[in-house]
This record gives sequence, C-alpha cells and structure tokens, in this order.
Amino acid sequence: MATKDKNSWDPEIVVFACNWCSYAGADTAGVSRIQHQPHFRMIRVMCSGRIQPAFVLRAFERGADGVLVSGCHIGECHYIFGNERAIEQFEKTMSIVKMLGIEEQRLRLEWISSAEGARFAEVINEFTEQIRELGPSPFGRKRSPAKAGKGVAG
Amino acid sequence: MQQLAARTNAWACYDCGKCTSTCPIVRAGATYSPRRHVLAANLGEPASSIVHDGLYVCLTCRQCDARCPVEVDYTGLILGLRQSAYDETTQPECPHGGALQSTMRLMANGGTQQDRLGWLKEDLQTDPKKGRVFYWTGCTMYYDAFFTDFDVHTLDGTRAAIKLLNALGETPIVSPEERCCGHDLLWIGDRKGFESLAKHNVDLVAKSGAEVLVTSCAECLRTWRIDYQPLIPDDFPEILHISEFLADQTEKLDLSENKQTRATYQDPCRLGRHLGVYDQPRELLEAVPGVELVEMPRSGVRAICCAGSTWSNCDRFAKKIQVERLREARDTGADVLVTACPKCQIHLKCAMNDPNIGEEISIEMRDAAELVAEALDKRDSK
Ligand code: FES
Repeated sequence: MATKDKNSWDPEIVVFACNWCSYAGADTAGVSRIQHQPHFRMIRVMCSGRIQPAFVLRAFERGADGVLVSGCHIGECHYIFGNERAIEQFEKTMSIVKMLGIEEQRLRLEWISSAEGARFAEVINEFTEQIRELGPSPFGRKRSPAKAGKGVAG
Repeated sequence: MQQLAARTNAWACYDCGKCTSTCPIVRAGATYSPRRHVLAANLGEPASSIVHDGLYVCLTCRQCDARCPVEVDYTGLILGLRQSAYDETTQPECPHGGALQSTMRLMANGGTQQDRLGWLKEDLQTDPKKGRVFYWTGCTMYYDAFFTDFDVHTLDGTRAAIKLLNALGETPIVSPEERCCGHDLLWIGDRKGFESLAKHNVDLVAKSGAEVLVTSCAECLRTWRIDYQPLIPDDFPEILHISEFLADQTEKLDLSENKQTRATYQDPCRLGRHLGVYDQPRELLEAVPGVELVEMPRSGVRAICCAGSTWSNCDRFAKKIQVERLREARDTGADVLVTACPKCQIHLKCAMNDPNIGEEISIEMRDAAELVAEALDKRDSK
C-alpha cells in the first residue's frame, strides 16, 4: 500500500453519487470512453440528500484518503430539494471534519449532471491530484481500529 | 460469563422482577426484560444470544439497580455483555448513522491536530497547558456543530463554567489535545477504542500538573471517576463535577439577583444514580438569588433519564419517556429546565422538536452553570 515515494502512492477515494445525475454522469464518462483516474470507489445513493455526516465520517474512519460527495445541479434534483438537504448535511459534516483536524481539502461537494461525463472525469482527476498532494490520510495508514460489525437492530 | 455474573451480583437475583417493572423502557411499552438477561447470565448463555433480545435497548440509567432489593448491578452486567458481544464483532446500529461513534474512533486513532477550541471567547481566561484547575470540556463543541437542526447550545454551559472558574480567580487549563472521554464507545462495548482514548486522556491530565479536574459533563465525570480508575496514577488530581467544585464556593462568587426564575432540575443518570451526586447541583441553583427551585414528582434517585445516554438507542419508547419527562417539567410551572449534562439537553430538545406536540412540551433548557454565571453578569454591570 502506502510507500515512501509520493508518486507511487495511490489514494483511496470514496465517491458518493446520486442515482439520477452523478452516477449516470460517471456512466456517461465510461460509455464515452473518457479516460480518468481510477483510484476511487463509488457508492450510489438515491439522492445526495441521503448522504449524512455518518457516511462521510465512516469513510474517513475506515481509512479513505478523500471523500467526494456529488449530486444533481441545484434545481435539478430528482426529488426537488434533496440536494439542498445535501448542502446542509455537507456543511455540518465539514465543520466536524475540520474540528477533527482532517484537512478540508479531503472532502468535496460537486454537482455533476448525467450528461456531464467529461466533467465527471475532470472532477475525479483534479480531486485525485489534490489528494495525492496531501498524501495519505492519517487514518489511512493504520486502517481503522474498529472492525465493521454486523449491524444489529437495537 | 460466570465471572461477570459474580462481579455484578447477578447470582443473588431471586427473580422478583422489580427491575423489569421499574425499567423506564418497559414502562413506555417496550417488550424488554432486564430480569431475563440476569437469568441468561446466570445460566451462562453467551452474550451473543442476548444480542437479539434487546442488548442495546437498555438506557443504562440504573433505575433498576436503584430498586433491586439484592443489589444486582444490572447496568454493569449490560456493560459486560455488550463488551463480550462486541468481541464477537457485533455492534449496535447507532443512532445518527453512527456519526458520533465515528467521530470518537477518529479521535481514538489520533494523528491529527484537532481544532476544537474555536468557541473560546476573549473574555474567558484559559491556558492550554498550565493551571491549578484542568477544565475538561467534553465534546460539547462537536455536539453543537452536529445538532444544528434543533437549537442545541451545550457550549453555553461550557463557557459559563469557565466564566465561573475565572470569577473564582482560576485560569483553568482548556487543552486542545483533549479527546472524547470514550464513554459512548465503552457503553456499546468497544473496549479497544475506549482504552486508547482513556490512555491518551489520563496521560494528558497527569502531565499537566493540575490539582483538580473539573468537568460539566456527567458522562465524562462517570468515565473519569469509575471507568478510568484502573489507569489513574496515585497522585492524580481530584476529579469533580462543576457543581461539586462550585457548591461550597458560592459566597465567593458574590452573586446578585438577575431575574426571578422558577427552575426545575433534571438529574442526569450519570451524575445521580451512577455517582450519587444529587445535592450539589441543587445547592448551586439555590445559591443564586432569585432562583426558586421546584422539584418534579420524580426527582433525585427516582429521576427519569433523558433516554439516550449512550448514543446506542433511540426509538419511539425513548421519545415517549422524553415527552413524559417534559410534561412533568412543564407541570411544575418552572420557566427553565436545568440540567448538568449536555446530553440531557440534546435529547430533551430533540423531543421538543416534534411538529405536533412540540408546543405543549417545550421548555427552556439550560446548564446549571449558565444560571449561576448569569447572576455574575449583573454584578459586572453594576
Ligand atoms: S436525485 Fe440527484 S441530488 Fe437528489
């Protein structure tokens, strides 16, 4: 995994994408055969409004080097105002992330429509570069102390 | 399991069922039975078998322990069971998606410089390293940042406490290196996460050279006084709740009447039944001129808890408990519901957020220190 040489280190990025725009945007990038950095795992949610602080914090806890939250452009959310909720959640998350001392550049919010395959690739490339600059997350090297457990309804 | 049953006195259980009948969750209508768990422990059943029988339902409020005629430490039993269940890689689905647990684990991991003191205002005198008093803030800054949806101001209590310490001539240590006390990780059974936080924190306070450790959080206090005990070196500072620290020093504060207030006091479960601190917060409130303290029918050892101490359970039963508690508070005719733990405030405020009955159950909530600090303001302006 992480080695001393910055250039040979590949970040692990978690991308949250809404089903209707950004996930489809990634698909468009693929279908149009646009080349982009591959060091991310995508998690599809129905709407960016679903992405609550817990998702992002859990990603960091489990060692993500960067987290990208994405959804439809404002005014284009499939559920009318889901992405406005997403902004509220994102701001809350950001304030906690900063308080924890995680560099704010590791977390980003982007709107990507389903037609914007090229933009998806651009955002991914740029974000990957940015994370590469920052280096591995302090929580990434050791990996999380806690094993993910089977969820049990309280 | 046998050891646990012995340690928590579970073997003494004679099946009377007092625990089940006093349990606030049961009274709210849940299908839940502490007695069954005690029995299971005595029969040596593995913790994993209790997981699906409400292992994470218990509020750990110690209501049952207070009533048990043979002093079974059911809360201790639950703690032990959760720990052994956790070893079997099981953890509860935590409310808020586990965001708070993640925050704690990130702190447990360390490796970053937290930016947790942004709320300190210039009028508060603190020192990051040296001082006679170490003021333990707890995680109120995280709570205020997280619970933005319902007007939670737990930091006001933190600031008020520092202001009072300043008024007594203390410049307390407020350390940027402080980490979560780990209370909530401990209570969902995550011993490892808890221990790394505990070691860091004990070390931090021990090295500071402080004489007293003061906190406003009932949970931090319980964690420091009880759960950190095995780690605490001999010459460690005395550990006090802010109300204990202030209660016998109120004359020195020279408090003057601010406004007439009827206040009622919510005993936090950690402060009350866990640690036996009932009187000092009341003495403190009564020392404020103009404050009239009225008690709710269930107070002191009988107090109903806020139904959410460990971030491991929140459901309609919890809500029902909270609503009932708020109605009780309203019925006293008090203007303000005072508490001594930030979590009581968060959970009861959450209940007030109800779109249907919010109006009926809303009441102003404040930390005890805030009321006292307000009585200082008046003096300053004279
Ligand atoms: S559906 Fe894309 S943001 Fe709501």
